[in-house]
Amino acid sequence: MSHETEVLWLDEQRVVSLEELMQVSGLTRTELLELVHCGALPVREERGASYYFAAQTISAARTACRLRDELELDVTGLGVALRLLERVRGLEEEIARLRALLPHA
Amino acid sequence: MKFSDYYAALGVERGASQEEIKKAYRRLAQKYHPDVSKEPEAEARFKEIAEAYQTLKDPVKRAAYDELGKRPQGEEFRPPPDWTRQHAGGDGQFSFEDMDFADLFSRFGARRGGGGPFGGEAGGMPGQDFEIPVEISLEDAFRGTTLELQLQMPEYDESGRLRRVPRTVKARVAPGAVDGQRLRLPGKGGKGFSGGRDGDLYLDITLKPHALYRATGHDLYVDLPLATWEAALGASVEVPTLAGSVNLKVPAGTASGRKLRLSGRGLPKPRGGAGDLFAVAQIVVPAQLTERERELYESLRQVSDANPRGRFAERA
Repeated sequence: MSHETEVLWLDEQRVVSLEELMQVSGLTRTELLELVHCGALPVREERGASYYFAAQTISAARTACRLRDELELDVTGLGVALRLLERVRGLEEEIARLRALLPHA
Repeated sequence: MKFSDYYAALGVERGASQEEIKKAYRRLAQKYHPDVSKEPEAEARFKEIAEAYQTLKDPVKRAAYDELGKRPQGEEFRPPPDWTRQHAGGDGQFSFEDMDFADLFSRFGARRGGGGPFGGEAGGMPGQDFEIPVEISLEDAFRGTTLELQLQMPEYDESGRLRRVPRTVKARVAPGAVDGQRLRLPGKGGKGFSGGRDGDLYLDITLKPHALYRATGHDLYVDLPLATWEAALGASVEVPTLAGSVNLKVPAGTASGRKLRLSGRGLPKPRGGAGDLFAVAQIVVPAQLTERERELYESLRQVSDANPRGRFAERA
C-alpha cells in the first residue's frame, strides 16, 4: 500500500535555509559559505547573519557534493565547476529556445 | 548475481598499483561523471567505474575481490561459502537472491563496524538519497499527473545486511512542470540506519518530445502553416492548444517565421499564471498548382511590384 507523497518543487519561489541546504546537500557549512562567497551559489535573502537560498540551489549544492566526493575536487574546483555548469545550462536553454523557433522537421 | 570485472571497468591490469588504480579512476571519472559528461551512457559507465574504484581502492576489499579469481564479465556467480563466512559475515548460508555484486562488497562496512553498515555511529546514519530521471508527456505537464514509481531500494536489515526491497512511490506532480524541473520527495529515498533519517528521492523531469508543440520553459511553440493568400491578406485560423482549439487572427502581411502570441496558452506555472503559446507562421506553397491557380499566380506576377530581395542591392 503506498500513499501519495508530498512533492517539493526545487524552483525559484521556495526558500531554504543554510541549515536545510547543509542537510540535503551533504556539504559542510564552511564549504557552502565558501561557495557563496566565491559567487557559485547565489543567496536569495540575507536575514541578519542567516542566508536563505532559492530551493533550486539544492540541485547545484548536491551536484557540488557529488563532484567533491567522486572527482575529489576542492572548494575552489567546485566553485569553477558550478559556474561553468551554470553557464552550460544557460547556453542549453538558449539553444532549446532557438530550436523551438525552427519548424518541425 | 552477475560477476563484475572491476579491473576491466577501470582499464587496468590485475597487478596494477594503488596509484595506477587511482589515476585510472580519475581519468575515467572526469570523462564519464554524469554531472559534467555528455558521453552516451555516461551515467551507467560512471556507476561501473565508481563501483570498481570503491572496492579496488581499499586494500582489504581488493584482496577479498582478488580471492574470487578472474571470471568473465557478467558470468552468473555465487561466492563460495568459505569466502562469504570470512569476508561478508554471517554463517555463509544467507541468500544472495536480493543482492547484486556491488551489495556484496558494501557488506564490508558491516563486518568492520561491528553490527551496522556505518559502524554504529551515534545518532545513526541517514539513508541514501536517490535521483532518478522521469519522462512525462506535455499533456501530463499541463494537467498534472500522479507518477507511480516502481523502485528497487537498497536497505539494511536489523543485522546490517544489505538487501534490495521493491517499493512503490506515488507522487502527485501538480500542473506546470517544465523540462529540467527537479522535485524532491523527502524521506522517500533509502531507509536510515540505526535511528538515522530516511534519505530523499529526487525526480529529474524531462518532457517527451511532442508531435505538435515545442516547449521552452513554460512557453510553447507550434508551427502555423498559412496559405500565401492568408499570409498576405490576413485570416482568422484555428490553432490547437493544450486546452482545446482557439481562433487566432493572422494580420495581413504576415511573413514566414513571424511569432504570433497567444497569451497564457502555454504551460501553467505552479504558483499561478501561465506561459504563452507562440504560433510561428510557415507559409506553405502548394507543390502542384491547378491550371486556374497557375493563371492567377501568373496574373499576380504581372501586376505585383513586390521586390522580396530588394535589400540585397542595398547591402551588397
